[in-house]
Amino acid sequence: MEIINIASLGIVASLLVLVLKEQKPSFSFFIILLTGISIFLFVIQHISEVFRLIQYLGEQANINGMYMETILQIIGIAYIAEFAAHITRDAGLSSVAAKIELAGKVLILVLAVPILTAVIETIIGFIPA
Amino acid sequence: MLSDASVIFQIAGIGIIVAMIHTILKQMGKEEYAQFATLVGFIIVLLFVINGISDLFQEIKSVFLFQG
Repeated sequence: MEIINIASLGIVASLLVLVLKEQKPSFSFFIILLTGISIFLFVIQHISEVFRLIQYLGEQANINGMYMETILQIIGIAYIAEFAAHITRDAGLSSVAAKIELAGKVLILVLAVPILTAVIETIIGFIPA
Repeated sequence: MLSDASVIFQIAGIGIIVAMIHTILKQMGKEEYAQFATLVGFIIVLLFVINGISDLFQEIKSVFLFQG
């Protein structure tokens, strides 16, 4: 039962943060950061298994490798931006967190540009000239 | 998983000890040493955290962005 591990890790970390917050807030912030990192590292192993399955399905369905890679990169950017934004918001810098989210959205849009152009070209090809 | 949890406990322990040292040095009237002890503890904990962050980013790169 891995979820029990993660839940107990979170509870213990929050107790430690409560104890430490009054004396040294910076250390409590580091504990929050490391807890998030360890839970994320734990989850990412399972995410990689799921991704292997998705890639296998894509290969079986003869989907162009570029599209799969772009989609996985987009998911990765979303995860990283979400993580960083939550950490910054916990530290009390919600404006910086909003900027990180904005940067994530813009970078996702940039990555999606080749797919968008492919879609538009296909649609234009349907229209008889 | 276990090693990660032990790192969290280590940081909490370092934080409590540094807070204690800070209080004691302050009581003794040595403010600058107290600040210095806090700074050293902060740097030690920062090293732990930087290791964790680098692990995390390497893992994310290798899983999501293949060219990592």
